[in-house]
Amino acid sequence: MAEDKKPATPQGGGRANTRKELPEHFKAYKHVWVAVEIEHGQIHSVSFELLGEGRKLADKRGVELAAVVMGDDRARLEEAAKECFEFGADCVYLACDPALVHYRNETATNVLTDLVNTYKPEILLLGATNLGRDLAGSVATTLKTGLTADSTELEIDEEGSLAATRPTFGGSLLCTIFTLNFRPQMATVRPRVMPMPERDPGRTGRIVEFDPQIVEDDIVTKVLDFIADRDSDKANLPYADIVVAGGLGLGSEENFQLVKRLAEVMGAEYGGSRPLVQKGWITADRQIGQTGKTIRPKLYIAAGISGAIQHRVGVEGADMIVAINTDPKAPIFEFAHLGIVADAVTLLPALTQAFSARLRINRLAS
Amino acid sequence: MHIVVCIKQVPDSAQIRVHPVTNTIMRQGVPTIINPYDLFALEEALRLRDKFGGEVTVLTMGPPTAVESLRKALTFGADRAVLLTDRYFAGSDTLATSFALSMALKKIGAEFGDPAIIFTGKQTIDGDTAQVGPGIAKRLDRNQLTYVSKIVETDLVNRTITVERRAEGGVQVLQSRFPVLITMLEATNEMRRGSVENALKAARAEVVTWNAEAVGIEDLTQCGLRGSPTIVKKVFAPGGRTDEVQLVDNEGNPEARANALIDAIFARSPDVEKDLFDQAAHHF
Repeated sequence: MAEDKKPATPQGGGRANTRKELPEHFKAYKHVWVAVEIEHGQIHSVSFELLGEGRKLADKRGVELAAVVMGDDRARLEEAAKECFEFGADCVYLACDPALVHYRNETATNVLTDLVNTYKPEILLLGATNLGRDLAGSVATTLKTGLTADSTELEIDEEGSLAATRPTFGGSLLCTIFTLNFRPQMATVRPRVMPMPERDPGRTGRIVEFDPQIVEDDIVTKVLDFIADRDSDKANLPYADIVVAGGLGLGSEENFQLVKRLAEVMGAEYGGSRPLVQKGWITADRQIGQTGKTIRPKLYIAAGISGAIQHRVGVEGADMIVAINTDPKAPIFEFAHLGIVADAVTLLPALTQAFSARLRINRLAS
Repeated sequence: MHIVVCIKQVPDSAQIRVHPVTNTIMRQGVPTIINPYDLFALEEALRLRDKFGGEVTVLTMGPPTAVESLRKALTFGADRAVLLTDRYFAGSDTLATSFALSMALKKIGAEFGDPAIIFTGKQTIDGDTAQVGPGIAKRLDRNQLTYVSKIVETDLVNRTITVERRAEGGVQVLQSRFPVLITMLEATNEMRRGSVENALKAARAEVVTWNAEAVGIEDLTQCGLRGSPTIVKKVFAPGGRTDEVQLVDNEGNPEARANALIDAIFARSPDVEKDLFDQAAHHF
């Protein structure tokens, strides 16, 4: 989370080495918590990923793993609690109130901070989604504790503290951040950074009811409407397994259609680099890179994209990066796994054809 | 209507280099820019002012050189610039940053009128935390509207504001009451060009400069490193990929090359191959 902080020495150390004893009133803080995201009845996949990660941290600390679920539908919340147990939680704090029908910062912040102050967890994890980041910042500020955003690695160090590693300066550096003298130690993690844990069907735990006692009239912000994305052609780039993207190297908006066609055959999402948004070839929600979407697919195909740092940081999480570019010196070849020096405009149709032929042959054979 | 926009001067990330031995950011000579996300907030603020009248104040916390970003914001058309600078702020994490900024915002409210809206960008490109906006809102006890993609309606009489907010899986339409803090989503508008007239004004403008004492901070333990609960213990360069790119044979016609590339993809990831065939079996 450090906005602009450098360690006192290049190797680290500095003030962190002059650690004081944890203040007495924080010593009662125990257990690892995950604030579970439920939107429209669905638990967000990042919450399961966090339960998997939280389980490991709790085991290392020899403490319990708890999940916090909130909403207005008791049956749905009990179902969610069951899922949390099967994904590793020992305990679920359940807050049910009509005012919690939609996510709102005010209500969610109040519920979560009340729970923390009552039951005192030592670690609190949230998804680095728009909801999780909206909530985490408010909760951490209310509790005056430390929060590390977008962690990519969570560890317990030899002294039992949470070590949260995150990229900074647009991914050019990593830093490991601690919250030594405050509790809880808070961190957010982006979706698909941590692996999905195995589900253990039938695993159970205990539910702790929490009555938030919200008076709707006291809540200033009202939700007037929710326009679901499925009503429109919205990109789902962050969660796509395969992404095909194009850049200025394609030369024209017409040639960009070649990217779309390949994506269609592969069942992939498509996107592009920032200049394409500026040219109006793609909409902003399909921009991949630093000021656009961060993607973590199994396969990323970049056609006619040179690979500037702003693009690189958005795609580096891909398992496999395939670069198609006419310029063998393009920076994209420095971080691609597979590359082909070729004109995307001629190669893309050939790829589309070849993929389509193979998928058809395989289907006939099976 | 008085609107304050919080901006940050950041190093241009395209120019960032990491020192190969010490693994620290080499800041020297790196040009600085206004955090690109903040420009969407600034433009939205200027549009509201142009529509409803009033003033836009830009605020930044940073070293004295951050004044350059403020002047840039003035050339875009902001009416007033405030620089919050003090060596006591050095090393602030987001909790300490939101404290210092909230104190400056209180002072701005007292001197120039309480802002109906405080804008911030979604996040910065150097810190990437998206925490300072919500932190300020909480400290000033304002309603926060984050990831706003559109301001639907501003009702100055009833002091309400209706916005569209990017949520998971859709857009929330929210109505709240002034005073609010809004963090603006990217790509929601296009920054106007600065005018020559504004550029001349900006060059001459007096930037209001305050230190910790000036904004009424008495408890310096809430500032800078001392006021930061997080501690950076280690900074290191990402484990550079040691494997070089595998170039696919460049001979043959496009069809042969396409097939060679697909073979190479499947050889590296049988998982992707399996997914593709499973999916094809379902879809056709």
